[in-house]
Amino acid sequence: MSEPPVVRTVNLVKIYQNGGVPVPAVRGVDLVVEPGQFVAITGPSGSGKSTLVHMLGGLDPRTSGEIWLDGKRADTMSESAWALLRRRKIGFVFQFFNLVANMTVADNVELPALLAGASARDARERREHLLGALGLTGRADASPAQLAGGEQQRVALARALSNKPSLLLADEPTGNLDSRNTRDVLRLLGEVHRDGQTIVLVTHDARVASMADRVVTLLDGEIVDDGALGTARRRPRGTAGDVVELRG
Amino acid sequence: MRQSLLALLAKEPAHGYELKQALEQIFGRAYPPPNIGQIYVTLGRLEKDGLVRAVDVEQSNRPNKKVYYLTAAGRDALDIWVDEPSEGPRVRDEFFMKLVLAPMTGIADRMALINRQRRHYLGLMRDLNELADRTDREDYVALLLIEGAMLHLQADLDWLERCQEDLP
Repeated sequence: MSEPPVVRTVNLVKIYQNGGVPVPAVRGVDLVVEPGQFVAITGPSGSGKSTLVHMLGGLDPRTSGEIWLDGKRADTMSESAWALLRRRKIGFVFQFFNLVANMTVADNVELPALLAGASARDARERREHLLGALGLTGRADASPAQLAGGEQQRVALARALSNKPSLLLADEPTGNLDSRNTRDVLRLLGEVHRDGQTIVLVTHDARVASMADRVVTLLDGEIVDDGALGTARRRPRGTAGDVVELRG
Repeated sequence: MRQSLLALLAKEPAHGYELKQALEQIFGRAYPPPNIGQIYVTLGRLEKDGLVRAVDVEQSNRPNKKVYYLTAAGRDALDIWVDEPSEGPRVRDEFFMKLVLAPMTGIADRMALINRQRRHYLGLMRDLNELADRTDREDYVALLLIEGAMLHLQADLDWLERCQEDLP
């Protein structure tokens, strides 16, 4: 039997109550993400992107519909079962980092690997690799409060990848980064993706979205486009050089 | 290309092939390599307009080569170009014309147009990402050109999103 999809949603719906008025945020999303796929979710603010990934990570309960992760029904689980699943299988990069304030950067990054059962040595090696890739080796002993916003965001990404989760979920992972740090993040995402990491991330940043295998666009809580990005060779015209020439 | 050739000649006289090499060296992979024919055609026009002049330099065992130098008029033209603010971003846009006009005539669905255009822009962004990866990290001119193109593309994508939200 082939591997089940890492993510499958069936008619997924989220309705918030705003002072007694129902506000639909996600309206019937069917989404299947196969193992190893890198999916970028785009769309205007308020289109339901963040709500969708929060539901996939069990951080926001769904109103109706189904969520299946690695072939197991997840939306009906208790909160503690979700917590266990997240620890084992999901890495999550929040818009607002959520680092543990009284632990060093190094401990923040190693913790998920240790909780998932990695040896101290493996957790340390993984942490050193991730912090190195993100240009943060020199910050390992700092506490989160000593870091700039962009550094905290990269630590949050390193932490999310530390236990090699079967699913990486991220909400605007480059939202606070300048272009040089964005490039480091892109390179790391490319690297883990080549190693088979499944990624679902919400982004406004076209540099990030353009690295995905597939781009899903939401509008008013519904999927309005879902397609693979072509490679340069398959596109007849409009190479990068032309862009530079046109705009430069 | 006129102005870039004038600028290079303001530095020192040169023949056509040297100008081609200089452009390639300065702008790197980010700039489509100028074709030597285009360079000679442009130099010919600049000469006709009195902005450059050419002298024949004899070479042993080879045909004479034409070395171009800047005239006073060329120097003035270059100064004017440098002192002027450069053209702002495009305000007319072919895609926007399609987007507004096509649904009126029933030729195409607006959502389909936007989706296709988004995929095209993201494909271009992917090309630029790959180009940036292949570019030497010390090559600041090329990297900045690529980053400029990326920022323009990002703005086009943001604008596309606004069109999708607000057009009826």
